[in-house]
Amino acid sequence: MGLLTLSSPHTHGPNSTSKVMANVVLATLPGLAVMTWFFGWGSLINVLFASLVALASEAAVLLIRKRPVSFFLKDNSALVTGVLLGLALPPFAPFWVTLVATAFAVVFSKQMYGGIGNNPFNPAMVGYALVLVSFPVQMTTAWALSTQMSGSSILGFGDTLQVIFAGHSTLADAYSGATPLDAYKHLIGKNTADTVLAEATFNGWLNGGWEWVNMAFLAGGLYLLARRIITWQIPLAMLLSLSLCSLIFGWDEDMYTPLSLHLLSGATMLGAFFIATDPVSASTTPTGKLIYGAGTGILLYVIRTWGSYPDAVAFSVLLMNFAAPFIDAYTQPRSYGHQKARRGLPEKN
Amino acid sequence: MATKSLREISLDGLWNNNPALVQLLGLCPLLAVTGSVVNALGLGLATMMVLTGSNFSVSLIRNHVPEAVRLPAFVMIIASFVTVAELVMQAFTYELYEVLGIFIPLIVTNCAILGRADAFACKNPLLPSVLDGFMMALGFTLVLVVLGGMREILGQGVIFSNMQLLFGADAVHWKIELVKDYPDFLFAILPPGAFMAMGILIALKNVIDDRMKQKAEAKKAPVEAGSKRVRVTGKIS
Repeated sequence: MGLLTLSSPHTHGPNSTSKVMANVVLATLPGLAVMTWFFGWGSLINVLFASLVALASEAAVLLIRKRPVSFFLKDNSALVTGVLLGLALPPFAPFWVTLVATAFAVVFSKQMYGGIGNNPFNPAMVGYALVLVSFPVQMTTAWALSTQMSGSSILGFGDTLQVIFAGHSTLADAYSGATPLDAYKHLIGKNTADTVLAEATFNGWLNGGWEWVNMAFLAGGLYLLARRIITWQIPLAMLLSLSLCSLIFGWDEDMYTPLSLHLLSGATMLGAFFIATDPVSASTTPTGKLIYGAGTGILLYVIRTWGSYPDAVAFSVLLMNFAAPFIDAYTQPRSYGHQKARRGLPEKN
Repeated sequence: MATKSLREISLDGLWNNNPALVQLLGLCPLLAVTGSVVNALGLGLATMMVLTGSNFSVSLIRNHVPEAVRLPAFVMIIASFVTVAELVMQAFTYELYEVLGIFIPLIVTNCAILGRADAFACKNPLLPSVLDGFMMALGFTLVLVVLGGMREILGQGVIFSNMQLLFGADAVHWKIELVKDYPDFLFAILPPGAFMAMGILIALKNVIDDRMKQKAEAKKAPVEAGSKRVRVTGKIS
């Protein structure tokens, strides 16, 4: 028959919400795999548990709100919230921390605003900020050490389950400790960079642990970029502004955390590619995305360096979520063939 | 101004026009001190004393104060009652006074009190004014206590702790530990938790109001089966 000739339009929309969200989950898998490889089973268990909780609480609220349950569950957005929270929470966090964070994220910061598309804040980060503020002990001491950092092999699967669900936290004592960002920030006050980097936490720095996790999330992020699920503006602006701040204010590694640690430790890449790019709560115009990303990066640096928390992805993303509608109002692009778009808030008559 | 019956005044204060849930007045102390039942009750009782007293006095002088200087006069009266409340608390519940700290003198800035003086007491005779003040304050106190209870349970897993600050040494045993080894849920103890709990209470009140309205409507207008053709459209909610 030869070539089929179909009438226009020839474009089609292959990206349903469900597919987009499934792709996001898919893109986190390398990161999750690397985390499991270096830090043990905690993250994997957390991701599975948080996903379950997210889906269950979404279903429960949908039932109460008398909305179609399977229709909304199939859009996978609750799953993404669960997966991101599972990745963000400390691997040895007790199960109730994950439970509270995930349920709060889905119920209070998403469904109470009217479900998917209506939430002004990134649900996963609201949940994270809630437990970070509420349970400081569990959120700072339950971070796993990699094999290179602790000098021993990772905690077994059964033991990890016991740590998370049965509260046998002493089992994990030898396997948990401060994150590199936390350790560097606290130690550098009294030491030089060389002595700090000689600490156990930095054993195998650039050799095993956090930097591979971040590289894996970077790879996942690049996949999302290639699939055009996210755009380049937010991650690039965020990483650039973070680097610039670090080069300008933190060039002296005897005083401040060095750039390599900023970029390849903590939740930087996860935040830049998976969290700040949330299509609902982030800025949506091209210029707006640049401003939004840059603001997130600057806040990230400011809170990490001069704030009391070692990492700040959640807070900086939430603060920029506040600003996103305002940024969007002032960065409306001109659409081709039309007059310049109105900028700013509508005037009141 | 149409005079309201005493029953209406009471219902207004407790429910329909509740200062905390409907007027949203006095939010600062409401959100700041409702970390536990005893704090909430202490502040509620102090507010009750001030509001009843100020409505009483304002109503008495309502025909003698010129319109132009009424607000300063009201503020003077309220400030005096707050000072009295403060001294009373210092005398009888000193520890609670210490716990509540700045929020006792700050009752003077509670807009619910000035609001009632200006909106009700200066236009109404003595008895309705006193009742209005008392009922408004009672409504406020009830919300405070419920909020305090919610936050105490969520935040610390206990309820009625430290009641001895208000009710004497015997009340030590009133404390009920609901959950053993409860990890303190700081969010509920800190002000954000108060906002959230407050939002839930307001939502609950609106739901109950809606239900009551629907019931009342259903009772009021029985559907007539008969000759009329009615175009039925669904109710959009």
